Amino acid sequence: MSKFKVVHYINQFFGQIGSEDMADFPAEKRQGPVGPGIAFQQAFGDKAEITATIISGDSWFNENLETAKALVLEMVREEKPDLFVAGPAFNAGRYGVACGTIADAVQTELGIPAVTGMYEENPGADMFREKVYTIATGDNAAGMRKVVPLMAKLGLKLMTGEAIGASIEDGYLPNGIRKNFFDKERGAARAVNMLMKKLADKPFVTEYPMPSFDRVEPQPAIKDITKAQIAIVTSGGIVPKGNPDRIESSSATKYGAYNIEGVDDLTAETYETAHGGYDPVYANEDADRVVPVDVLRQYEKDGKIGKLHNWFYSTVGNGTSVANSKRFAVDIAEKLVSQGVDAVILTST
Amino acid sequence: MKLELGYIDIKGIRFGTYNAVEDRVLVVNPDTLIEQVLEDPHIKAARFEIASPGEKTRITPVKDVIEPRVKVEGPGGIFPGVISKVDRVGSGKTHVMRGMAVVTAGKIVGFQEGIIDMSGPGADYTPFSKTHNLVLVMEPAEGIHPHEYEKAARLAGLKIAVTVGELARNIAPDETVVYETPTIAETFDAKLRGLPRVGYVMMLQSQGLLHDTYVYGVDAKRTLSTLIRPTELMDGAIVSGNCVSACDKNTTYHHLNNPIIEELLARHGKTLNFVGMIITNETVYLSDKIRSSDWTADMAGFLPFDGAIISQEGFGNPDTDLIMNCTKLEKKGIKTVIVTDEYAGQDGKSQSLADADELANAVVSAGNANETIVLPPMDHIIGTLDYVDTIAGGHDGSLRPDGSIEAEIQVIIGATNELGFNHMSAR
Repeated sequence: MSKFKVVHYINQFFGQIGSEDMADFPAEKRQGPVGPGIAFQQAFGDKAEITATIISGDSWFNENLETAKALVLEMVREEKPDLFVAGPAFNAGRYGVACGTIADAVQTELGIPAVTGMYEENPGADMFREKVYTIATGDNAAGMRKVVPLMAKLGLKLMTGEAIGASIEDGYLPNGIRKNFFDKERGAARAVNMLMKKLADKPFVTEYPMPSFDRVEPQPAIKDITKAQIAIVTSGGIVPKGNPDRIESSSATKYGAYNIEGVDDLTAETYETAHGGYDPVYANEDADRVVPVDVLRQYEKDGKIGKLHNWFYSTVGNGTSVANSKRFAVDIAEKLVSQGVDAVILTST
Repeated sequence: MKLELGYIDIKGIRFGTYNAVEDRVLVVNPDTLIEQVLEDPHIKAARFEIASPGEKTRITPVKDVIEPRVKVEGPGGIFPGVISKVDRVGSGKTHVMRGMAVVTAGKIVGFQEGIIDMSGPGADYTPFSKTHNLVLVMEPAEGIHPHEYEKAARLAGLKIAVTVGELARNIAPDETVVYETPTIAETFDAKLRGLPRVGYVMMLQSQGLLHDTYVYGVDAKRTLSTLIRPTELMDGAIVSGNCVSACDKNTTYHHLNNPIIEELLARHGKTLNFVGMIITNETVYLSDKIRSSDWTADMAGFLPFDGAIISQEGFGNPDTDLIMNCTKLEKKGIKTVIVTDEYAGQDGKSQSLADADELANAVVSAGNANETIVLPPMDHIIGTLDYVDTIAGGHDGSLRPDGSIEAEIQVIIGATNELGFNHMSAR
């Protein structure tokens, strides 16, 4: 089997051009490995070969971002590599941003996988860790010996198509994609150990950092409910009998919109639930229990509400991801607003 | 309270014309056991099958998994208030048939029963691929409601486990472990002084509509948060009546072998002072959630705990109970670690929990239940593949023509157990 081809990107310092005084050095391509590239070449062994090294000054790259990016991309394209390696940049901010920028561009514009390495507080890490596999490093080049094998190993996986492990296994900074792995200790032991550290005011690492949670402020109350057009939206899975849209019983990927013009009552013959998270007997007997069409029709007749909207929207809220739920909500809300709906009754189960 | 558990390591199961444990092999006469199951008119038919580790066998849809035990000394019997008469359990001596389980399977009750693969990639995700399983496959009587069938199936499994457990009464254990829990007064003993006072808050699935847990036979959704001795669980004080997703339901086996209790008792008197445990429910009404979490936090402060581990069962709606329990304890100055699992979507990119709070800064994750897996075809199916597409975690087309299954690991019994039973996690 022929060796994989790798192009390596480093800055003027690691390219042995000079330090800060040479930061304006424009990109230059050399054959074979340079500086840390020699350690990478050792780590790749006979599986891959660094065919070219691109050296660029940090200031030059960041101050001429678009032209620098285009020029370096062209240099990479010429080599037709199987992998692009940038850095590691440790805690060098401009170097990190350059590594992230060019690695991201190589992936999206050339379709070539890339790997870089940075300290987690490097601004480049914040900008690119969700786009480019970024191996976690210490804050200075003393960690080079540790980080090169990790970057090389991940790079080889990217080239061979071998499955990438969880961030903690393959050593990259968390990239927003949750991935399962088997830990050394069972969860209960990890929980007790974490609690002991927390109680002793020692540092501990949560296995799931809490996201920033968007709380939605309630809208002001409807001024005159007797004039309002009201719609029903449910995560209780009520659908016309037979579930025509095949909405999944859990982890739903879609919602349905169902016309109830002229319908005064949801009966066991006409509607049912697709929801797999609760005993469906009572919802199937009388779907008004989840989508109260019967009561709202009566209110409509009695003049207690203006109008019941002609469509109700339904999905299954059982294990359905927050991302899917948000997508459904945006869609449904747009439709409701465009159809002049004033208020929505949200029902769950 | 002191309970001695005598573990008898079961090496295999076979059918015979009598019931006994011989040379660590369970011998059962399926006919006599079937008779016992059919005493309940809600069950029309029943049969037994055996599944052992390493076999190319798939069991589905699995309802509950139960470890056979027998009370040898001390008050009460296994599964008090359900199978045995009500009496306070958790002291004396109990024999455990380790390495085996009674598994209930057969026609589906709801949508949330799961799969056990005895070999292949799916076997890595469930602890019950490592046990010798006596599988009870049931067929409900015609025309009965799902909740009636659930109850009949639940009781049948527990009854059979007690019948089997009885066979271990006079067997000398392979290993004996003594579990001892202190009284509140004893937790202030001089020898425990200086150790952090740690508690355990165990949330019980009790959303209703086939999502229920029973404590001494009492439906947990009708309970207030209360104290229970950890050893009481080892005698079956808590049983599962759950059709929540297979991956994060606490089966009765999990209740009997709660790993958080084991870890805390193992460290008691050494690095921590395990003061006690509180059980609290997961309900669907806001007022109930507020009441239960208020009560839990108040009791944790009353005992008091310096820190607590909070475990969850199920997902979605109970995430709100989890966050309420966590934040209310934290606001009282009680440090918490929560044990949960994630629903981050099949691509792993979605927010993992339905609720969040910055006070929940110490989380143990049992993994992303939405991650997908391909389970290869098996030579032998115990139960039926009829429901693979509709169980929670399956989708239209999950069951492929060759008998392999492409589904979320949500379908695998115990895969993302929120008592921290497994090694799996996510990052």
